[in-house]
Amino acid sequence: MIFPWWHLRRLGVLGMNQRNADYILPYNQRRYYPLVDDKRQTKHLALAAGIAVPELYGVIEIIHQIKALNTLLSPYEDFVIKPAHGSGGEGILVITGRYQDRYRKASGIILTEEEIGHHIANILSGMYSLGGLPDTALVEYRVKFNPLFDAVSYLGVPDIRTIVFRGVPTLAMIRLPTRLSDGRANLHQGAIGVGINLVTGHTNSGVWKEQVIEYHPDTGGRIKSLKIPHWDNILELTARCFDLVGLGYIGVDIVLDRDLGPLVLELNARPGLSIQLANKIGLLPRLQRIENFNQIPSSVPDRVALAKELAQVSESLTSGE
Amino acid sequence: MKNLHVKLLAFSLIIIGLSLAYYKATILGLPLFPAEKTKVWMVEARLEFKSKGGPAKIQFQIPQVSAGFTAIGEDFISSKYGLSVEEDGTNRIAQWAVRRAQGDQVLYYRVELAPELTAPIQSRGGATPPFPEIPKYPEPMGSVILALLDEVHSKSADVASFSGELLSRLNSSNPDENALVLRKGVEDPEAWVKRVIYILAGARIPARPVYILLLKHRVKHGSLIPWLEVHNGQEWIAFDPKTGERGFPENALIWYAGGQPLVKLEGGESLKIGYSVSSRFQDLVLVAERRARKMNSLIMDFSLFSLPVQMQNVYRVLLMIPIGTFLIVVLRNVIGVKTFGTFMPILIALAFRETELFWGVALFTGIVALGLMLRFYLEYLKLLLVPRLASVLVMVILLMAIISVLTHKIGLERGLSVALFPMVILTMTIERMSLAWEEHGPAEALQQGFGSLMVAVLGYLLITNKLLEHLVFVFPELLLMILAMTLLLGRYTGYRLTELWRFKEFLMKADKG
Repeated sequence: MIFPWWHLRRLGVLGMNQRNADYILPYNQRRYYPLVDDKRQTKHLALAAGIAVPELYGVIEIIHQIKALNTLLSPYEDFVIKPAHGSGGEGILVITGRYQDRYRKASGIILTEEEIGHHIANILSGMYSLGGLPDTALVEYRVKFNPLFDAVSYLGVPDIRTIVFRGVPTLAMIRLPTRLSDGRANLHQGAIGVGINLVTGHTNSGVWKEQVIEYHPDTGGRIKSLKIPHWDNILELTARCFDLVGLGYIGVDIVLDRDLGPLVLELNARPGLSIQLANKIGLLPRLQRIENFNQIPSSVPDRVALAKELAQVSESLTSGE
Repeated sequence: MKNLHVKLLAFSLIIIGLSLAYYKATILGLPLFPAEKTKVWMVEARLEFKSKGGPAKIQFQIPQVSAGFTAIGEDFISSKYGLSVEEDGTNRIAQWAVRRAQGDQVLYYRVELAPELTAPIQSRGGATPPFPEIPKYPEPMGSVILALLDEVHSKSADVASFSGELLSRLNSSNPDENALVLRKGVEDPEAWVKRVIYILAGARIPARPVYILLLKHRVKHGSLIPWLEVHNGQEWIAFDPKTGERGFPENALIWYAGGQPLVKLEGGESLKIGYSVSSRFQDLVLVAERRARKMNSLIMDFSLFSLPVQMQNVYRVLLMIPIGTFLIVVLRNVIGVKTFGTFMPILIALAFRETELFWGVALFTGIVALGLMLRFYLEYLKLLLVPRLASVLVMVILLMAIISVLTHKIGLERGLSVALFPMVILTMTIERMSLAWEEHGPAEALQQGFGSLMVAVLGYLLITNKLLEHLVFVFPELLLMILAMTLLLGRYTGYRLTELWRFKEFLMKADKG
C-alpha cells in the first residue's frame, strides 16, 4: 500500500481536518454552540420541545452551595454529578447508592461527602470545562439502563451516539462502558464502540481500543446482533435534536432507560470520528449525499425515512464491493 | 474551485513576499546568508596648512561617488570651521571657512566606500564640452604635432581609436623622433596629461584630466594620479595617459575631473595634502543597509534596521515565533501530534534559547517531575483549582531558585539562566499532566509530556537556526510566505498522518478487498 490516503478517501473515511473544515465550520454556527455546550440549556430546550431527558435534581453554581449538599442530595439514593460544560465525558461522577453516611461510586468505591464536595468544587472552578472557564455542576437522574444491555455493559450506562447531519441521522453506534473506561462511555477512555445498522437497529461487531471484537471483554457477553429497542423512536429523537439547536453537524447521545425509554443525554457540536471505526463505514459518502440535497424534508419522519434510504444505498454499496 | 479565495490570497502573499525579498537581495544587495562580509574602503584626505592669523577659507575637491562605489559614510572633521558642500554637475567641492585661524591647521575629509554590486567604474557625465580651438603651437613643435596628428588620423576611425593610437605612439618604448620631441620637458604625470590634452586640441578633440586615487590597503601617503578623458560627442572615455589603455584601473576612486585646481586656499600657506587608504571587512548586512539608506530606499527606511539595536534584538527572537507556530500547525494538522496546550511547546522552545538545549531539557524534565510530585501531594489536601495552580506556581519558582543557587554553588553558571523559563507555562503543564495522569493513566500522561518536550526540542532547533534567523530578520516579508502556507493548511482537509494509524482497520479491509 503506497498511498494509504487514497484508500481512506475511496472508503469515504472522514478525517479530523476535513470534519473541521468542511462540516463543523460551515454547518455549525458559533452562536448556537452555547446551546449544546451548556448541558443545562440543552435540557431546557429539550424539555420545552417535549423531548425526554434525565430529570435535573439540582444545580450547584457557587462553592458556598456545597455546604448544603447533603440537603440537596438527601431525597436521592442514586444520582449523577456532571459539569454543565464538560466534554468527552470528563468530570462525570456516578453515585449508585449510599453506605451509611457515605456514597458509593459505580465502581464500588466509597466516597465521603467531603470528597464529593471537592469534586464539585473542581467542576465549578472549570477543571473539566472547555477553556477552563468557571462552570456549573448538575445533579441529575441516574439512568437505569435497559436489562438488554446487562450482558454487554460494565459498571456504566451504554449510550447511543448518532451523527446527525442537516437533521438526517447518518451513522449510529452504541458505546459500551468497560472496566478500562471506568464506567464511562467515551471510546478514547476505553469504551467499546458498536456499529448499529441504521435501517434495522441491529448491532454489528464492535471496536475496542482499535481492535475488532464480538464479545465484551469484561462480561463476555456477545455484542453482535443485539436489537436496540425503540429504534425508530430513537432515530426520530435524534432527528428532532437538529431542530432544537440549529446546528448542522452534531452528535446526539441517547440512553435507554428501563422505565422511561430513550432519553436525550447530551448533544455534541464536535462529535468524534470513531463512529466510523465502530461501523466500519466511512461517513463521507452519506454526508456528501445529504450535502447535495437542496432541500431537506422538514418533517421528522421524512428525514428518518431519508436516513434509512441513504443507509440502505451505502449498505448495498459496501456489500457489493 | 474549492477554497479559491484562500488559494488566491496565499498566492498573492507568496508573490509579495518573494518579490520584496528578491528586490532587497538583488537591488539593495542584502545578503541571503548570515555573516557574509564585504570589503569596505576607508579613504581619508588630510589637509594641513599654516594660518596667516586672519580668516581662512579653503576649497577642496571631494569625490562624487556615483559609480563603482557607494559612500556608506562621509565625515568632515574640521572642528571650528564652517562647512558647505557645493556641486557643479561634475564635481563636488567642500568649502571650509573660519573667521580667525591661528597656527597649524588640520582638516580631514573621510569617506567610507562599499564596492557597488553591478556598476563598473565609469567616467562622469556633465555637459558636452565645446570643440577646443587649435592652439598656436610654437615651432618646431607645431609641425611635429600636425604631422603626428595627420598620421594618426589616417590610422583611426573615431575619437576613441584616434586617442588610443595617439597615446600609444607617444608612449611607445622605442619612440620615433616626433614622440621624443613631444615628450621633452615633461617632468611629472600631471604635466604629461596636460601635454597630451594640448596635442589633442590640435585635432579639436575635447579632453580633460581626471584625478583618481587608487584604493589599496594601507596606503599612508597616497596621492592623486592624473588620468585622461576624451569626449567623443556623447560621453567621456577614459585612457591611461601612460599606456593608452582604455578605462580606469581597478579600485580607482575618481576624485575629481577637469582642469580646475584641486584646492584653493585663502589666508594660509604651506599647504600639504595627504591621502590614506585602508580597508576592512564588514558585515554585508550593515553595508547593504547603509547603502540602501543612501539610495533613499523607502523599504529600507521602514525596515527593522531603523529600530534601535535593543529592539532589533527583540525582533530577532519575535520573528522566529511564526516559524515555530508553523511547525506546530504542521505537527498538529498534518501529522496529528498531541501536545499539552497549543503553543506551549514553542514557549518552552523560546525558553531553551536562554538555557541551551541540554540544560533546557534537563530543567524541563526536572521541574515537571518535581512539580508533579508536589501536585500529587496537593491532591490530598483537596484544594480548589486556582489556589492549587497558584501553589504549584509558587513551588515551581522556588524549585527554580533552588536549582539556580545549587548550580551556582557547584559552579555551573548555566543553571542561572533558568530565570527566564516560563513558569506559568510549566505550572499549566504540570496541572494538565497530572489531570491526564488521573484520567487516562501515567502512560498517556508521560507520552503526552514527552511529545510536548519533543516538539519543544524540534521547535528550538528550528528557531535557533542561524540561517532562518538571518532570513526572517533581513527579509521579514518572507513571513508572508509562512502566513500563506499557514492559511493553506488552514483549509487542508486531508488526513493526518496519525489517522492512517487510527483508521488502519479500514486500510486492512482495503488490502483484503
